[in-house]
This record gives sequence, C-alpha cells and structure tokens, in this order.
Amino acid sequence: MAVRERLSGNEAVAIAIRQINPDVMPAFPITPSTEIPQYFSSYVADGKADTIFIPVESEHSAMSAAIGASAAGARTLTATSSCGMALMWELLYVAASNRLPIAMALVNRALSGPININCDHSDVMGARDAGWLQVFAENNQEAYDNFVQAYRIAEHKDVRLPIMICQYGFITSHAVENIELIEDEKVKAFVGEYEPEDYLLKDGESFHVGPYAVTNYYMEAKRAQAEGMKNAKRVILEVAKEFEAMTGRSYGFFEEYRLADADYAIVIMGSAVGTAKDAVDRLRAQGVKAGLLKLRVFRPFPAEELAAALAHVRVLACMDRTESFNNECGPLGAEVKSALFDAGLAPKVINYVYGLGGRDVTVESITSVYEDLIQIDKTKEMGAKYRYLSLREE
Amino acid sequence: MNTDISRLHEAVSWQQLTPGCTITGSMTSAAFRTGEWRVDTPRFLEEKCKQCLMCVPVCPDSSIPVQDKKRLDFDYDHCKGCGICAAVCPFGAIEMRKGEK
Repeated sequence: MAVRERLSGNEAVAIAIRQINPDVMPAFPITPSTEIPQYFSSYVADGKADTIFIPVESEHSAMSAAIGASAAGARTLTATSSCGMALMWELLYVAASNRLPIAMALVNRALSGPININCDHSDVMGARDAGWLQVFAENNQEAYDNFVQAYRIAEHKDVRLPIMICQYGFITSHAVENIELIEDEKVKAFVGEYEPEDYLLKDGESFHVGPYAVTNYYMEAKRAQAEGMKNAKRVILEVAKEFEAMTGRSYGFFEEYRLADADYAIVIMGSAVGTAKDAVDRLRAQGVKAGLLKLRVFRPFPAEELAAALAHVRVLACMDRTESFNNECGPLGAEVKSALFDAGLAPKVINYVYGLGGRDVTVESITSVYEDLIQIDKTKEMGAKYRYLSLREE
Repeated sequence: MNTDISRLHEAVSWQQLTPGCTITGSMTSAAFRTGEWRVDTPRFLEEKCKQCLMCVPVCPDSSIPVQDKKRLDFDYDHCKGCGICAAVCPFGAIEMRKGEK
C-alpha cells in the first residue's frame, strides 16, 4: 500500500533520495534547498541510506565532486538553489558534455540582485542551454514523483544527460501538503541499479573522461550531445508510462487543463499552476472558454506537441517567472512563439513576467491575464506584447 | 561502444564519437594521428644530414625517431609541422614545405 503522508517538498524529495539510495551526494547548503541535504544527511547518519554524503566547501566543489563521482561510476546527485547553482555554472556544462547522468534537486529561487531568497525561475532559466534535462513540478507530489523518475530518464543509454528536478522556493519546498509516497521496495525496483558501460573505476579497464576536443571534433561532439536530448523525448514518455502503471499518476511533457476547447489560454510552469487552475475554473463557471497548458518538461522542449495542443487557441499568454532582458519576451515566451511559428500558427500572443522574487500569484492576478486576453480578442488591439503582472507603476 | 582511437580522424562523423568523447584503453596517444592537424610539412634531406641529432630533442611531439644513434624520417602520424627542427638544423637538412600535408 502506498503511504499517505503530509510533507514539505524538501522532505518529500529527501525521502525519494533515501528510497533510491544513490552512491554519492556532495552538497553545500543554500536557502531554500538546504533542508534536502539536511534531511538526507540525517538519514545517512541514522543508517537509513548508505550513500556517501560529502559536505563540500562550495557549490562549485559540489558539482565538481558530483562529476568526479559520476565519472567514477557512481549514481550521484546534489541539491541547490539560485546563486548556488550559478556558482556551479561552468561545471553544469562539463557534466552535460561528458554525458554524466547526475541528478539535481533544484529549488528555484531568484538570483541576486537585489538579493532575495524567494521563488522565481531566474536560476533554472539561466541554465537552460547547459545541456541538462529540466523537469518542473506543480506541487510536492510532483516534485517527489519527478525525482523517482529522474534517473530512469537521465541514465538511459540513449540519453545519458544530467537532470534538474525543479520545485519552488518556499512555496513547495517548505509548505506541507498531503502526499502519497511509493513503498521503498517499489521505488528501488522501479529505479533499478546504475550499470554504466564504462567508468573510471571499472576493473581492468583504462578510461578517460573529458578529453580535449580540437576544432575538428567539437562540433561533432555537440551534435552527438544533442542527440541525447532528442532521444530524451521518447524516454521521458516511456518512463512516465511505467510510472503510471505503478502509481496511477499520469505524466507527460505537459498537462492540458480545460484546454481542448479553450479560446483563451496561458502557458505556465510550476507552483503557480494550482492558482491558475482555480482562475480557469472560475472563468469557466462564468462561461468563459479559458484553459491552460502546464509545461512539465522545458528541456527537451516539446515544441511540436505544444504547438498542436495550442493550435485552436485565439489569444495566448506565456507566463515567464524570470526577466530575460531582451525587451521582447521571456525565455518561455520565446520558445512557445518559436514552436507556434514553426508549426505555421500565428495566434495572438502576449508575454507576462510574473512572480519575480516570490511576488504573490493570486487567482485575481491570473484572472486579470485572461481578462486582457478577452479584451485583445474583442478589440483586436494587441497593446503591449511584453507586460509585467502585479507590478506597482505610475 | 568502446573507442578504437585509431578510428578517430578528421573525417569522422558525429555518430562515430563515443558519448562524451570518452576514451577507453591506455597509452592511446601513439594510435591517435594528431599529424592530421599539420599545415606545413618538414622534409628530411638525408644527403645533407650529418646526424648531429640537434633536431631530435627540440621536437615537441617526439616525431623524429632515432635508431642506432641515427635519426630516421619523420613520424608524420604525429608531426604537426611546427618547424622548430628546421630552424635548429645547422646543415639545411630539413626543408619546410608550406601548406603541404
């Protein structure tokens, strides 16, 4: 029987890590992800996991140690947030280009400055081109479920890429919610053992990781790396199918919420989705054909599938929880618009920046987005394509 | 897929690379033909050579093999054509050919 519990997102992920019992976890504390290594190191101290926990001196060292351990053949992970991940920056690319399936429990938090410890996407979106798989969760259950699926995707022989499992600073990381945990032995059986073909500590074999690639090889190396990201689309869906067979909980690239006949829709990721679903329900009750697309997988970006799901929408808003400073749109908006363009679709699209540094997202604020979409449809006036939500201004 | 380093050459396709460009086996530098990177090529003019062997220790790629105290022709699998040997040769016994593999 599955275990009904009530847990914070951080504790839920720490439990998933205990159930997986990986080989090595180097970590350095940073708000709001600190609890993950904190809970987990207590499991190790209590003998509930035999993972080697390395309390390193910085996040740069955490990712360096993770790369070393993973190259040596160990199932490896770390946890971090915000500036912590920013300090890992150069190593993120090393992990991905060396095709090391490291997992990262990333608790999204704003990047400095101004210094702020609350939720937004500036950390993860800054790393969107680093070559990591990026999976987002709406709530604690999804953060836990995504972590249980993480290694099956990352370690697959056709993928072999590191994976970020994202949840939301304080909103899911610290808020306690009802959750259904999977039994320990079922998680172990689902995740299985890590059996890489080649690794540094393999007996009787010399092995080199991270050789220099001159100009004649670098482009081919990057193209080969991109193939892992392409294959990940298939593997993500295969793993989700198996996960559903085990738990009954269904996952894909995205969730369509009342989207099938929607005239007005938003594309949004993460913890604000629950609030947005409430807004959609209220609008539907008033007869407004509102819907939303909750993106779960940002890397690889499911462009074709997403465009197909949005093909009928009259006016669309992309919701970006980070500022990309190109004066036109955020990263999610850019990718969604690119997907629509490539599919030959040209709906009216506006882009919102919302929730920066933990700015509250409410049913009312999301409803105002839909009201803007309705207004654009009625007046045929686009107005500003790039807007801030819940911003004080004169 | 284990790497056969000798299969790595300038014409290799991305599909033939190992994941992450990892390399199995040791002492593989001899089998990897870095001489492909060469732009200019030294030619050994044996008739002018006095076997002083000044060229041998200055070669950064150990690409001048020596046998029985005499130098042999260049190891073109690893010579990158830097021309240091030609610059130190007192007898003009090494000629650099521009743009020639």
